[in-house]
Amino acid sequence: MFFLTVMSLMLVFLMGMGLFLKSAPIFEEHTLGELLFSSNWKPLKGEFGFLPFLVGTLWVTGIAIVLSLPVALLTAIYLTEYGDRRVKKYVFPALDILAGLPSVIYGVWGTLLIVPWISEILAPHFVEFSTGYTVLAGGIVLGVMILPLLTSLFIEIFASVPGQLRETSMSLGATRWQTIKKVVLRKTFPGILAAVILAVSRAFGETIAVLMVCGNMPHIPRSLFDAAYPLPALIANNYGEMLSLPDYEAALMFAALVLFVVILLFNLVSRSVLYRIEKSFT
Amino acid sequence: MRIKSLLTHLSNMTGATPDGKLIGRARKFFRPDYKFVRETEDTKLEVRNLNVHAKDNHILKNINLMLPDRKITCIIGPSGCGKTTLLKTMNRLTDLEEGFRITGEIILGNEDIIGSGEKIISLRRRIGLVSQKPCPLPMSVFENVAYGCRIHGIGNRRKLKMIVKYYLEAVGLWNEVKDRLNTPASRLSIGQQQRLCLARSLAVEPRFILADEATSALDPLSSKNIEELFVKLKRDYSIVMVTHTLRQARRIADYVIFMYLGELIESGAAEQIFNHPQHELTKEYLSGAFS
Repeated sequence: MFFLTVMSLMLVFLMGMGLFLKSAPIFEEHTLGELLFSSNWKPLKGEFGFLPFLVGTLWVTGIAIVLSLPVALLTAIYLTEYGDRRVKKYVFPALDILAGLPSVIYGVWGTLLIVPWISEILAPHFVEFSTGYTVLAGGIVLGVMILPLLTSLFIEIFASVPGQLRETSMSLGATRWQTIKKVVLRKTFPGILAAVILAVSRAFGETIAVLMVCGNMPHIPRSLFDAAYPLPALIANNYGEMLSLPDYEAALMFAALVLFVVILLFNLVSRSVLYRIEKSFT
Repeated sequence: MRIKSLLTHLSNMTGATPDGKLIGRARKFFRPDYKFVRETEDTKLEVRNLNVHAKDNHILKNINLMLPDRKITCIIGPSGCGKTTLLKTMNRLTDLEEGFRITGEIILGNEDIIGSGEKIISLRRRIGLVSQKPCPLPMSVFENVAYGCRIHGIGNRRKLKMIVKYYLEAVGLWNEVKDRLNTPASRLSIGQQQRLCLARSLAVEPRFILADEATSALDPLSSKNIEELFVKLKRDYSIVMVTHTLRQARRIADYVIFMYLGELIESGAAEQIFNHPQHELTKEYLSGAFS
């Protein structure tokens, strides 16, 4: 069993190594800085600048979190602290179902509803023309996707707070809301952070749903109503199709490597931060 | 004129204002300039015909009792007899439980606790609760004591510092924690935590302190500390204590209430209950026939 445990850990390293070796050819012609911070994407001329994709991914992920975090937090607070049992009985399974829906469905829903809504109703207020296939659409779809995940994580976190803490706070004369703000949220802050990190990692790597609504144009988005091309979408769209081009495979492998490293780093850093917070908190 | 100066003189001695309104009691400790005006007339807590149902369970059956001011009242009785529920009802923490039905009256001063909906905040401030297991809030030692005061609108840091110091001294914890006021309260030992919780309850200036087996989780030395503290505090507070150890009740109780299966069997002065119990059940319980 110990061997199996080590094996599953080794898999991560093997994957990282594999990606690195596969993407090695591209380092022969370009430096790391050039790859990450150049916005020239002309595979036909052998120019691979990943900046547009990175920025696109960050935009979409950022919007998704900004949109879903408050909603998820307030929903979870309502359900655990205020909502009565009947509401819980119907909402919990609904959340689980939503969390389990395949991402293609979210993508289709985005294409059918969000994209036209942005293009016809929202965008005309701000810009002259938008196809609707935008960063914003990606952000909204992704936000809706991680919403049930975040909510059910938050609910579990809040439910883990011992009832005695609430009683103590309220026996001192605090209202329910004061108790939530000053005790429950404070107690669960590390957990909330961990849940957000999990959701960010999920959103960062999400492929199909964003691929369907983001427009997939390899340039840096300048506004919410610009198309973008997130990193995972690039890999999914092109792998297997354009491999006749020199270095293209290596470039895509590099993209995968970036994704891999970012998520790995994100998790490691957040874990150490969490550890520190937990130590100083409880 | 002479009468007025006499009145002023008197009030200086007793801590009352000339117009006869009492604003505070002379205390042994330096008293911080506090926002809350403590009513100092003897306030009694009276329970009339209290019935508590939880779903199909009749937890408290027709309880009638009177809790005297500035005395230690011990509630004794075997486990599951409704002692904790009684305390929680007095603090209205039963509101948090689902499916509780409460009838009857609990009267503090002139108000009915059970009926009043909106006054619950001030009610809970006047009736502090110390639980069985110390329950430090997830914040520093300082913030734990200051918590209730902040809730009730005291934001001035200097004032808070005075209050925290005052009450930590009152529970005999100040010297032990004065250098680590900013460490998380959960790092204190369990005996220290319990005293911290007591300080936290005292800091909102309650009239009554309800202690639910406040010493049962503590080692003998710490529980002795708490007991001595209660005896000291009864000069200013009314203390209701649920206890499982008869010896403890004998040591500190002025009044004793014996409960059995949700009913109040016998209540009275400690001496009378311990030495001349009237009811058969009380006799059996005190002699150790059941526990």
